[in-house]
Amino acid sequence: MVMVNLILILLLGGVLAMLSERLGVNVPRRVALAVVLVDLGYLLSELAGMPALTQLQAPMPDDPSTWLMHFQAQWIPAFGISIELALDGISLLMVLLTLVLGAIAVSASWTDVIVKRGFFEANLLWTLAGVLGVFMALDLFLFFLFWEVMLIPMYFMIAIWGHENRGYAAMKFFIFTQASGLLMLVATLVLVAVNHSATGQWSFSYFDLLNTPMAEQTAHWLMLGFFIAFVVKLPAFPFHTWLPDAHTQAPTAGSVILAGILLKTGAYGLIRFAVPLFPEAALNFSFTAMALGAAGVVYGAVLAFAQTDFKRLVAYSSVSHMGFVLLGVYAWNELALQGAVMQMVAHGFSTAALFMIAGSLQERLHTRDMREMGGLWQQMPRMGAVAMFFVVASLGLPGLGNFVAEFLVLLGLFQVNPWMTAVAALGLITGAIYSLILMQRSFQGEISATLSSKLEGHGLADFAGREMVTMMVMMVALIGLGLYPQPVLDMAKPVLQSLLELTSAEMTP
Amino acid sequence: MNSSQMMALMPILMLSLTAVVLMIQASIKRDQGVAWWITGAGFLLALWGAGYAREFAQPVTILLGVDDWGLFFTTLILAASLVTLILSKDTFSPEGERKEEYYLLLVLSVLGAVILIQSSHMASLLLGMELMGVALYGMIAFPEKGELPLEAAIKYLVLSACASAMLLFGFALIYAATGDLSYGGMGAKAAVAYSQEPLVLMAGSAMILAGLGFKLSVVPFHMWTPDVYQGAPTPVTGFLATVSKGAVFVALTRFFIEGQLYQYSSLIVALSAVAVASMLVGNWLALRQENIKRLLAYSSIAHFGYLLIVLIALSIIDNAGGGQLIGEAITFYLAAYILTTLAAFTVVANLAGEDDSKSMLGAFDGLFWRNPLQASALMVALLSFAGIPLTAGFIGKFYLITVSIQSQLWLLLVALVLGSAIAIYYYLRIIFAMSKTSGATIKTGSRAAIGAQDILAILLLLMVLALGSWPQPFIAFAGGL
Repeated sequence: MVMVNLILILLLGGVLAMLSERLGVNVPRRVALAVVLVDLGYLLSELAGMPALTQLQAPMPDDPSTWLMHFQAQWIPAFGISIELALDGISLLMVLLTLVLGAIAVSASWTDVIVKRGFFEANLLWTLAGVLGVFMALDLFLFFLFWEVMLIPMYFMIAIWGHENRGYAAMKFFIFTQASGLLMLVATLVLVAVNHSATGQWSFSYFDLLNTPMAEQTAHWLMLGFFIAFVVKLPAFPFHTWLPDAHTQAPTAGSVILAGILLKTGAYGLIRFAVPLFPEAALNFSFTAMALGAAGVVYGAVLAFAQTDFKRLVAYSSVSHMGFVLLGVYAWNELALQGAVMQMVAHGFSTAALFMIAGSLQERLHTRDMREMGGLWQQMPRMGAVAMFFVVASLGLPGLGNFVAEFLVLLGLFQVNPWMTAVAALGLITGAIYSLILMQRSFQGEISATLSSKLEGHGLADFAGREMVTMMVMMVALIGLGLYPQPVLDMAKPVLQSLLELTSAEMTP
Repeated sequence: MNSSQMMALMPILMLSLTAVVLMIQASIKRDQGVAWWITGAGFLLALWGAGYAREFAQPVTILLGVDDWGLFFTTLILAASLVTLILSKDTFSPEGERKEEYYLLLVLSVLGAVILIQSSHMASLLLGMELMGVALYGMIAFPEKGELPLEAAIKYLVLSACASAMLLFGFALIYAATGDLSYGGMGAKAAVAYSQEPLVLMAGSAMILAGLGFKLSVVPFHMWTPDVYQGAPTPVTGFLATVSKGAVFVALTRFFIEGQLYQYSSLIVALSAVAVASMLVGNWLALRQENIKRLLAYSSIAHFGYLLIVLIALSIIDNAGGGQLIGEAITFYLAAYILTTLAAFTVVANLAGEDDSKSMLGAFDGLFWRNPLQASALMVALLSFAGIPLTAGFIGKFYLITVSIQSQLWLLLVALVLGSAIAIYYYLRIIFAMSKTSGATIKTGSRAAIGAQDILAILLLLMVLALGSWPQPFIAFAGGL
């Protein structure tokens, strides 16, 4: 019931936030922040009493009773569809990330959103609810439902409060995810039909569908259906083209949620569904997948370097970073998977922070064009320092979370394919190039002529209390992940080990 | 015919009675309000009759077969007619004009649809279809001052006449081949006839399918659809899209199953081609439409393309094993389609009325902020058309995909997925227009009182959502039919 409540709190909180606009234009954001924090507090208080968390017993993927939490209720018995939610180490990590970043996103929308604030915060909370559902659902029908439904509030966030080209970006985002989602739906239904003909039972439960016997050819096609849906969301090269538009055009809070959380649903789907459901097909496909990952790492980095738009640069850097996740998942050994999970968390924070900085700049300068910036450090030293921190985090400075993640992925990948590792390692170098270029063009050097004429001697407001607190939270998180990653690794370890065990039987030829 | 068979015809009797009462009323005192109430009461009585007749469900003469399935659709169609009636009240109440005949035509058209649904013989099929169609010409052309309605009515008249002619020719050929005009009799004798004279039988069946295809507006018989949808008064368009098409599809299903036409591979191939073409062409042409009524016309073409999959699947899933699934799929999809279409046309009728310029997409800019209630209803309807989860349309699409997987119709499945992917774009265009915040569209204008049409919109919205998020009761019900 706890997991249902988590989702319900956000859903009803969204309604509350929308209605609260009648009390005053600034009320919704406070309500939204309170709702997310209450949700987070509720989750933590429920976890505190849980023995499994301290012992961290390994959840068996095919035995629900060993998971941290498991909930099942009948929904559409005619097709064996139930409301089945479960939580293990990885989902818990993702849920925590979602709620923390959710609070940060509310903070990012504090002054950014001017019109229809109540409806904006409602959409934000509903998106979070959908994402939580994705991370917890273990009934494939329910999973698909959350996967699709979370798009609608996100679509509205981009379409209503986005920047100049929002219509195009929102449409592209929706069509890419929806169309690829249809492939997943078809693949799911075929999988269920195969399982039905084998067992005579309709079931959409993850636990029943694992180990479904099927022909190699079938498994390959079904795996592709899931794979495409997930890598579009991830996004991996060459399915990434929606991302720069959507991220650039979305309002700041929308970008934070998109980059910080929504992309992770794709990675989560790969780890949870695409590989375990079709281990053999995934193994045969792993070279292609890794090649796409490596291509994404380099391609994203090269394109990021070429951008003049602050947000677009950060968006392309996401493509590059998510390439590491794809590599980590398809290397499919413990080190690489740990790295992928770590990357999901660390990238969530570092990119969210960079998007917030971009948003703050746009709010102050009314442009995202780096050619019109320059020398901002003198104007806003606090923002400059913060930006420097997250830029070096993003390029993988040792001591911060992203380094641990990328290092682990490369280490794990080396055991599988040294050449691919060499290509991916280029990403660390190119990452340094585009990150430093970002810093140099916007914060360092001479102030640009257009900007100084625009300012006419007026100063720019530096980061204030609210913004600094938000940034501090993310800085502490990244330093923590970088210096003492063990808790996160411990949380993910039993899950990953049991997944590896489950698939190893079928993967060894 | 005994009395219990009479009882089985209760909805038809009630509708006929209503028509008679309306004519008598018109001869005593012409009053539009009274006519409206009589029609409404007649529909309610017929609804009651449809429930009452369930106990007596049985074949009535050779012409009509009353069964639970048909009665369910009778109920659905009567409910849709009630919605049409409520919407018509505003459309057809200009000052000082006499419009009672419109209600008479409406009742006759519904009567035709009900007969069509329960027909088990080609004579009753033709009778029902003509009654429904001829009354519809009048309804389409009713705002006699406009050019568009007249054009639409003429177009519909000419093409319907062609369709009827084809239908009749088809009947004649089938009669020549089998010597029987009842579905069941023809089906039983067709196998023998097929071995002797395959061409005559196939030509006859193909012509009948083409005739029905005109009414369903599947490609390549779809040319009339956008013009008629646009030109007809909006409530009539809604009626045409739900009652007329729904009834024809039910009749087609009966003819197809009872006549055992799914055995003939050449028909299945032809039907598959029609289905694929409808899905792709319908969705493709909808992309650039600027008028929401035309857009919905093309979208309905695609939806009937999707629905044809189920009939094609009959050829592979035999009647015993997967029949249950197929029956549920048809019932669910058609019910979801009718509900969703009603919701969409309710909103369009409320907002645009008969002003053609107001049904352009531009008129929907910023609707969320001007009229959140109607906008939400339209949004849910569009999402249901697009097959987004939690709406009735999604469960319908879920059924279609399941059916095509079970019967391994991969080509049709690919067309379905492709069509749905294209369709997202034009449904989203409307939603995007409605969410625009720019310009003068944002007015937090005076909060108007909630009228009957708002309640109707809310009701339909809730039904679409309920059917999509809690489908189990309805699935169980449909499975029992």
